[in-house]
Amino acid sequence: MRKLRLHPCGNFREFYTQELTVFSTDFGRLWSAVGLMILFTAVPWLASPYMLYVINMVGIAAIAAMGLNILIGFTGQISLGHGAFLGVGAYAAAILASRFHIPFFATIPLAGLITAMVGMVFGIPSGRLKGLYLTIATLAGQFIIEYLLIHWETLTKGTAGITLPPTMLLTFSLQGDLGFYYLIFITLIGMGWIAINLTRTRYGRAFIAIRDNDRAAEGMGIPIFRYKLLSFGISSFYAGCAGALWASYMGSITVEPFNLALSVEYIAMVIIGGLGSIAGSIYGAIFITLLNEALRFMTGLLMNSGMVAASGLNMAPLREFVFGLAIVMFILVEPRGLAELWRIIRSSFRLWPFSY
Amino acid sequence: MDFFIQLLVGGISVGFLYGLSAMGFVMIFKSSSVLNFAHGELLAIGAYFFLAFIVWAKLPFLLAFLFALLGCFLLGILIERIFLRPLIGEPLIFVIMLTVGLAAMFKGIILFTWGGNLHTYPSFLPEALSVNWGVVRIPPVYSATLAIGVLFLLLFGLFFKFSSQGIYMRSVADNQRAALSLGVHVKRVFALSWAIAALVAGMSGMVLGIINGVNVHDLSAIGLKVFPVVILGGLDSIGGAIIGGIIIGLLETFTGGYLSPSLRDVVPYIILVLILLLKPYGLFGLKEIERV
Repeated sequence: MRKLRLHPCGNFREFYTQELTVFSTDFGRLWSAVGLMILFTAVPWLASPYMLYVINMVGIAAIAAMGLNILIGFTGQISLGHGAFLGVGAYAAAILASRFHIPFFATIPLAGLITAMVGMVFGIPSGRLKGLYLTIATLAGQFIIEYLLIHWETLTKGTAGITLPPTMLLTFSLQGDLGFYYLIFITLIGMGWIAINLTRTRYGRAFIAIRDNDRAAEGMGIPIFRYKLLSFGISSFYAGCAGALWASYMGSITVEPFNLALSVEYIAMVIIGGLGSIAGSIYGAIFITLLNEALRFMTGLLMNSGMVAASGLNMAPLREFVFGLAIVMFILVEPRGLAELWRIIRSSFRLWPFSY
Repeated sequence: MDFFIQLLVGGISVGFLYGLSAMGFVMIFKSSSVLNFAHGELLAIGAYFFLAFIVWAKLPFLLAFLFALLGCFLLGILIERIFLRPLIGEPLIFVIMLTVGLAAMFKGIILFTWGGNLHTYPSFLPEALSVNWGVVRIPPVYSATLAIGVLFLLLFGLFFKFSSQGIYMRSVADNQRAALSLGVHVKRVFALSWAIAALVAGMSGMVLGIINGVNVHDLSAIGLKVFPVVILGGLDSIGGAIIGGIIIGLLETFTGGYLSPSLRDVVPYIILVLILLLKPYGLFGLKEIERV
């Protein structure tokens, strides 16, 4: 067995391969394994059904947020259409399952592929536009997709929505929170593994080069347009899979949730979690989902408590306010997000008592 | 033919409102290149200030108008000072997301204070302002709007052309570093441009409120309609914003009238994508966009 790598007392990296390792120490490997064990054994038995529902929503959000982070954090293309792509994935899965009777295990990757194609179509403007012009183009994409989802009635049944047939995984039926818990988190870990390793390949490095300086990247022989499209495709694939999981988990879908507010929520996850950090996307998804649930709970509590209800104040707008405040405070105070905070906490423990 | 003329007049008046709402947006972009997603909320805040002064404080119309403008002006300075100044030189996404966060905050505050219902102002415009010309009937609000819009356009045209502050603002918009080295107080210019932009946005919000009633959801939706308008007119052209607004307004009413009412809301965005692909700097914008 090779020598265990523990915390070095400085930066002694000699090769790029050392710089690129996923786990810099074997502690990280150990703790990840322990974390996964707890995730798959203890958590589902300890959590109440409501908790399990929240955890599942966190998982779905994390998959979509990872995709958006590949686009925004690694390639530097700001997209305001991620919520709509999620909708495309959800509708693709619903239509495939209910109309074409495609078996369930195939609908999720197929929905991802369909969404990837749609995403690449809406990524075409990135060939000519960058920065805020591209952002506005994706904003238009959001509205156009939303319009199509509502008004292409022969395909999407319009505002009535689609009810999915019960999900069958091979022979046994997959229903309830627990079954989906395993499905969502196995997907999440698989896609997270792909995302982390993607950033270490030539594709990931090309994305980062485009983000940091597109002209220099082009000068070094990276075909920018193709890589940007690829990035849009990969990011939409993640969104599509998340949307498909969402649709099958919920059992029925309408256009309602896939609006601009959802796109904004995903960008908030990516920023609050940490731009350019795959683990950060998961932290961001946890933060935003829990914030949403906590605010819903709080406003419900406030509305029902005697004093506030008597005063006639409407507490629901408070949610919107706190959500905006969280985004603003993170941007002003810690723009690199929770991933950076976590790194600071970790390194201050590591360097204690000489943490300067 | 009557239907056509009605649509034409309706389109121009709606479009003029879009143009008017876009003016403040263009001003912010022109001087600090910030893409303001909170613009709709700024419109709403102006309208609600006016509402508060005229309905709650029962001030006379003109005084309420001036106070509301003053409130917007101060709010603009505050926004720049607290939220945007720390972000000078930060990447684009932080600035965009900051304005998105601000939008959510403002919306929350407005909903908390005034609720989501439709409010209306007491009517105060004299009937004499209305125009009757054959089939064309223009209600007094629209002629007043036209007057206010043209007045503000002229005022700001003159301000940017001749006043020293206006020239500073243009110099900062043109080249921040050069302006800084020539002794322009860039931070003050940013503050001033946010203040003026908030003032213009507030004014547009009041006008929209007079015409359609005050409702935060409608006004923030108009804040998003601003994007096609400014892209069409050119992101940094104030006159272009008005013309872009009129074109978008006409397109909307004609698609609504002749094709299908549901297509009406999405047409501006389809145009937006086409314009971005064909002529990204808009009809009147400077051709300085970077291509890759």
